[in-house]
Amino acid sequence: MSGDHEAEDGHLPHGGHLPHGEIRPDQDDSLTYYRAMETAVRELLIEKGVLTAADVRRQIEAMDSRGPHGGAMMVARAWVDTAFKQRMLEDGSAAARELGLEIGPLNLIVVENTSAVHNVIVCTLCSCYPRMLLGLPPDWYKSRNYRSRTVREPRAVLAEFGTLIPADTRICVHDSTADMRYLVLPRRPENTEHLSEAQLAALVTRDSMIGVSVIEE
Amino acid sequence: MTDTAALRRETCSPHRFRVGDRVRVRVAYPIGHVRTPFYIRGKSGIIERLCGSFPNPEELAYARSGLPALPLYRVRFLQRELWPDYVGRPADTLEAEIYQHWLQAEEVPP
Repeated sequence: MSGDHEAEDGHLPHGGHLPHGEIRPDQDDSLTYYRAMETAVRELLIEKGVLTAADVRRQIEAMDSRGPHGGAMMVARAWVDTAFKQRMLEDGSAAARELGLEIGPLNLIVVENTSAVHNVIVCTLCSCYPRMLLGLPPDWYKSRNYRSRTVREPRAVLAEFGTLIPADTRICVHDSTADMRYLVLPRRPENTEHLSEAQLAALVTRDSMIGVSVIEE
Repeated sequence: MTDTAALRRETCSPHRFRVGDRVRVRVAYPIGHVRTPFYIRGKSGIIERLCGSFPNPEELAYARSGLPALPLYRVRFLQRELWPDYVGRPADTLEAEIYQHWLQAEEVPP
């Protein structure tokens, strides 16, 4: 099973706002069942010499340091190289490896935004996300609000992100329910013909690769 | 990783559906770890692509092998099929990954 299945509830009372004078609680201040289990398993693995505390720290640091650069690199290459784009749409994982990106066992599907179709990604069951290419998912991606509403009223959710999809553009929601992970290939902004591939990559935002926004000129 | 991949190839259920086939998601409510969301159960859609075969997550979740690996499909639904009160363009779609044992062939009306 993939290691990135998780669902977190960052729920706060009062619609996310605390009454005046109250201190926002830490999210890890209670030893829940699963926190206790994680600590127990980790300590046992270290005690039995399966791995070291330094191994655990290195992995956490490696994951925390990941960002959307890998995804942006793929998008920029697809914009300047039609043959690469074709290979990427046929086999996203192979295209990522072709660029030398370390993606582990990731099964990647890339979906292309055009004037006719706008794609948006959600994981209703948990919070599946292509972490190897985009880094850690934003908190809103893991919220029940985003997960439950995106499949049901995508246009309203996108509008809340400031993304207004024309009525004649079809919206395709991708519910990441099982073993595949998704990356949106956003549309290349107008008037960018003079930019280099590296400059194009710098334009590509995380949210545009989830599909909740488009890239501004 | 390589061993698992080899084992998986050797112990796969055969594919029952092809791209473009009309299918209906089974209506069932088994207990345990299931990766078929409630909102698509009983709904009709079209096979969009084959994703390969993967160990059954309903077994993997309980530390079993999940073999034979099951074909995984992406199924495309019309939003109007999923939500009768859908507000948006009639052509809007949703795609989800569904394992073969959750899908039934559906007769296409002439």
